[in-house]
This record gives sequence, structure tokens and C-alpha cells, in this order.
Amino acid sequence: MRKIIRDGAIAEDHWQHVADDAALPAGDIIVGFARWQQERDALLRHDGRVGIRIDGDTSLLDIVDDLEHFALIALNFPAFKDGRCYSHARVLRERFRYGGELRAVGDVLRDQLMYMSRVGINAFEVREDRSIADALNAFKEFSGYYQINPHGPIARDTRRQQRRAAVAAG
Amino acid sequence: MYRYDSFDQALVNERVEQFRGQTRRFLAGELNEEEFRPLRLMNGLYIQRHAPMLRVSIPYGLLSSDQLRMLAHIARTYDRGFGHFTTRQNIQYNWPQLERVPDILADLAKVEMHAMQTSGNCIRNITSDHLAGVAADELTDPRPYCELIRQWATLHPEFSYLPRKFKIAVSASDKDRAAIRVHDIGLQIVRNDAGELGFEVYVGGGLGRTPIVGERISDFVPVRELISYLEAILRVYNLNGRRDNMHKARIKILVRAMGIEAFRDQVEAEWQHLRHDPELQLEEEDVAYMRGFFQPPAYDTDAGEGDLQAQLDADRAFANWHRHNTEAHRQDGYRAVFLSLKAPAIAPGDMTDRQMDAVADLAERFGFGEVRVTHTQNLVLADVRKDQLHALWQALRDLNLATPNIGTMTDMIACPGLDFCSLANAGSIDVAKDINERFDNIDYLYDLGDIRLNMSGCMNACGHHHVGHIGILGVDKKGQEFYQITVGGSSSNDAGMGERIGPAVPKDQVADTLESILHTFVEHREGDEPLLDTYRRIGVKPFKEAAYA
Repeated sequence: MRKIIRDGAIAEDHWQHVADDAALPAGDIIVGFARWQQERDALLRHDGRVGIRIDGDTSLLDIVDDLEHFALIALNFPAFKDGRCYSHARVLRERFRYGGELRAVGDVLRDQLMYMSRVGINAFEVREDRSIADALNAFKEFSGYYQINPHGPIARDTRRQQRRAAVAAG
Repeated sequence: MYRYDSFDQALVNERVEQFRGQTRRFLAGELNEEEFRPLRLMNGLYIQRHAPMLRVSIPYGLLSSDQLRMLAHIARTYDRGFGHFTTRQNIQYNWPQLERVPDILADLAKVEMHAMQTSGNCIRNITSDHLAGVAADELTDPRPYCELIRQWATLHPEFSYLPRKFKIAVSASDKDRAAIRVHDIGLQIVRNDAGELGFEVYVGGGLGRTPIVGERISDFVPVRELISYLEAILRVYNLNGRRDNMHKARIKILVRAMGIEAFRDQVEAEWQHLRHDPELQLEEEDVAYMRGFFQPPAYDTDAGEGDLQAQLDADRAFANWHRHNTEAHRQDGYRAVFLSLKAPAIAPGDMTDRQMDAVADLAERFGFGEVRVTHTQNLVLADVRKDQLHALWQALRDLNLATPNIGTMTDMIACPGLDFCSLANAGSIDVAKDINERFDNIDYLYDLGDIRLNMSGCMNACGHHHVGHIGILGVDKKGQEFYQITVGGSSSNDAGMGERIGPAVPKDQVADTLESILHTFVEHREGDEPLLDTYRRIGVKPFKEAAYA
């Protein structure tokens, strides 16, 4: 079974990516946005959980009413330099309060995980020709950031408190 | 100036170690060139004609004397003894070794400096007015806001893989000295009718292949909501900017394709979702805290003029320098002093390690230990007592930093050009030298008044040629270096692009063509009007006719 990073640790992955023209297997599946649109009713009857895979040019407005049906949303990075899904991730978490798994798929490399994890992506299909154990090191590189961090202390508030403490201590 | 707290310092130190690891993995073959490229670029490192080029960030152009000494140390230790100041108020080194760049970054971190986001498709160094805090026409000091924006932009998780680079400039003065209309976002600090501070926002300006003057997207964004408004603009750009063609990927192309009205509507819609997020709101406490770092130095309020008048009367060279290389100051008894990095035979913006060390000493002796870099590639000691100007002038003259040409035509902006840059089509340094040799009569230059001459070695426009009163663009014509010449550009409040006067000329005719332009100007000039006004009155035709007669 394939290994991925989930919530900061290496985990077995039982989700299956299903091509648009392939028969639906049993179990938990990830289908593309187009297939979801075409086979919505059939997918709602599927006996496993359903995840959807979207691209940078997918409009979130087209999936927002269906979010409750998705246990997972896979954000596709066709090339690691394509940063559109960073925006999608933040909007899904912050505006639409999406609480399921947000998974980076595609050209997912160690040196982008530090950014991805801070927009709310919590699972990573690290490219298979790279060491997943090495990729875990990406989360240890910084002890803090200037911006919000959905999974940790909020930087600005933390810094305000530090400053107040410093002022109070004279 | 802003000083790092333990949080800032930790972040910069960790960034150095991160890049050390990335460099090691690249050299070990674990990262390929394509994967390493954005990582090194976001640490300021280019691969150039002779060697890597490292661009070090100087936030809004402000340096302490210790930081300047470190820049000297780096020039001496890792490079060939000089550095090149840029139009983004940064400094570039042209000869570092890739393997040693992590050590350079570690040295920079010791003095609260870094090279983060000086390149790459991310938010670049925030630039501002080099006279911030001392200018008489200033509404408020823009630098606290620059620093707040810098921190927000640093390692931003959503906006580090944008379609293309992104530049932000901030001005708070009547006269725009930061060229905000030719930035991706230009911020003008204003006060509304209720007396509150906020930002007039311009978007979609830029030079390069498609020069465009930015359009106003908002009359007033309150200080509290600045960050959320910036995020809204960046998000609309990140999701919709073109990624299929790097030459059409800047926000200016998107704004022009959508039209400013439609772009504004999208930004406003996005902003409604962001502006109420307390995480993105600047509290008064945040601004007050930052403002504390930019308090005026301890001016001597009894500082008189000393013997200044007698010194000016006695020495015409000193008087020339005083008139052209110093500016009025908000504080009685003080002036702001420009150090010209445009001496004849020196590549514009270049400075040696010895000069940097010496200026660091002078900054401590005469200028409260601070130095500013201007976007026109000079340095400024912002707070010099009038009775010490003569002593400072003598010291600067010994360092070849007192060429009294600030604001004149030989105070030109120039990129490094073909001699160093792998993008360039033509040289700029030797053209600058030709111009200096041809126009070596300083009185003639003074008579011509303020002329901004900007030169780029290719259409990427690092030398801002479009917005020079006179612009020179190096082009390649069948392997020969040719130069297109424009007149009438401006990067100030009346920003606009220059107009081409005719076909490009070969290198050895650039100075002749300039001479013809200047003759035409003098012939048509009314009174003391500047070149720009004459051009706007008579148009390009007389210049064209004379140059190609």
C-alpha cells in the first residue's frame, strides 16, 4: 500500500485514485471534478467514501454545495511552481470551513511542504521517486512564521503577547 | 530603524540552515536544476554570465552602519571587492561561489539581514521614499507600514508561488520619490476627510516588456484593513494571472485584460471575505509598536550653521556640492546628504568595500549611524548637521563619493548590462562611461537642470529606461549592440512612458544622439523649464528631426 504523509507522520494510504474512464472499485475513492459532475448520483450511492480531485482552474463555487459529501479533497499541483491551489486550500479551510482531508497531489516535493502545510493542506502524496522520510524534515525547518498557521500557534498574537511581556518586564 | 526581536532572528537563522540543506542536496544531485531554481531565487541567488549573482535585501533601503560594514565584508571576502546597488534599493554581488552562499547568508543574519524574496515569483523587497522621516512634504513616516508589509510578505504560505514576481512600493509624500505608479501595487498614504490615515492603492503598474502605469483601484483603504486588502489583490492575481507565458504573467497584464472595473469588483468581493478576519487586521498596537522603531534621532535642536556660509562663499566646489547633493531637512540646522555613486568612470551604483567601510564610519560620525539607499542608486546620510557639512564633504571627496551631479543627467540609473547579466542584449557600463566623458562640463549639466537619464541593457528594464526623462534601451541587432532612445518618461506623480525618437543607434553614436537631444531642448526651452516640460510642450518631433538629420 502506498505511503503518504498525513498530519505530520508517514501513514498507509487506502484511498484509490480512479481514472475518469475506469470502473469504480469498492472502498474509498478519489475521482476527478469532471466525473463528479457527470456521475454525481452514482457516486453518492458508492459504498465507500468519496474524495474529489480539483485543479487550480476549478472554481470552488462549483463544489461548495457538495463539500459535505467529500471526506477528502485532493488539490492537484501539475507542476510544483503552480501556486493556485494554495489559494484554494485557504479558501476551503477559512471561508468554507472544510474539515476533511486536504491532500496535495501531483508534483509534490519536500521544499514546498512548508508552504502547503500552512494553508491547511494536511496530507501529501510526495512524488514517488523521492524519499518520503526526507520530506518529513520539511516540517522541522522553522519554529515560527509571520502569518497564520491553522495547525499551530497564531504568529501575530503570539508575538503581541511576547512584546507585552517584554514591556511589562521592563 | 527596525531591529529584530528573537522571533525575527530565529526565522532568518532557520532560513539560512534551510538553504544550506537545499544547496547541499542540489550539489549532491538530490534536487535537479529546475527544482533548485525557485529555491535559490527566493534566497536571492541567480546564475549569471560569469558566476552566480547574489542579491541582498535592504528593506526600504535602510541600513545601519554595522550592516553596511557587513556588506563591505561580504564584498571583500566572497566577491571581488565591490557591490552594485539596485533600483529596488538592494545590493547585488556578481562573483560569489554557489557553495559559499549559505555562509554569506549566515554572515548577513548576524546583522539582521537576509536575501529572502529578492528574486523569484513572490513578493519582493518593499521599497519606499529614501527621504522617509525627514522630508518636509511627508504626511507620515511610511517605513513602519513598509516593515509591517515586509513581515506579512515574508514566507507567505499562499503567495510564494505566484504567476510572476510582485513588487510593492509605499510613498507618504506629495512628491512621489518611490515610483509607486510603476509597481504591481503602489501605496500612497493619505488622510481621509475624517482625519484617519489610510492608503490610496494603485495596481498593475510595471515596466519590462509591457510598460504600464498603474491604475487606482481604491481611494482609501483604512490602515486596519491594509493587509486584508493586499491579500485580496494577491489572491485574485494568484488564481487568475496567466501561467502559460512568463512574459504575460505579471498582474499588469491581468488588470489590463480584465479592465480595472472588473478587476476591482473581484478584489472587493474577495476582500469582503477577508477584511473581518481579526488575524489580518492591523491593530493600533501593531502600528504604534512599529512606529516606535522609526522615531527621529536625538537632533541637536541648538545646531546652528557654524561657518557654513563662509565655507560656501569661499569654495565654489563645495557650494556646487551643497546645492546639488544636499536637500532641505525637516529639522532646523540639518540637511540630508546624497553620496553620489555616479562618479565618472565608475559603473553607476557600484561601490567598493573600502568605500562602504568608510561610509559606515562617516554615518556614525555625522549621521546617527544610518544610511539609506535610493532607487536611483545613490546613498543618503539623512541627518547631517549643517556645521558639519564641510567636513563631511571633504571626507566624501577623498572617497570619490562627492561628485556634485545628483539630479543631473550624469546621475543616471543603469543596470549592470551585458558585462554581468545573462539576460542583457547590450552593455550599459561602457555607454555610461562614454556619456560621462562627453558631458564632463559640470556647468553645462547644471544649466540643463534636472534630467533623469535611465539605461537598461535589455527590455526587462531593470534600469527603468521607459520612465527616464531620457531613456536608453540596449538591443541586439544581428549580434551588434544598438540603443533605442526615448524622451519624456517619468516615474513620479506624473508617471508616463517615454516616446521613442527613432531607430536604434549603434553604441558609438549614443553620446552624439544625446547631444542632439540636449541641443534641441536648449533651443526650444522657455526660461528654466525642465526637459520634461519642454518635451510635453513641443512633442517628440523636433527631437527626432534633429537626431536623424
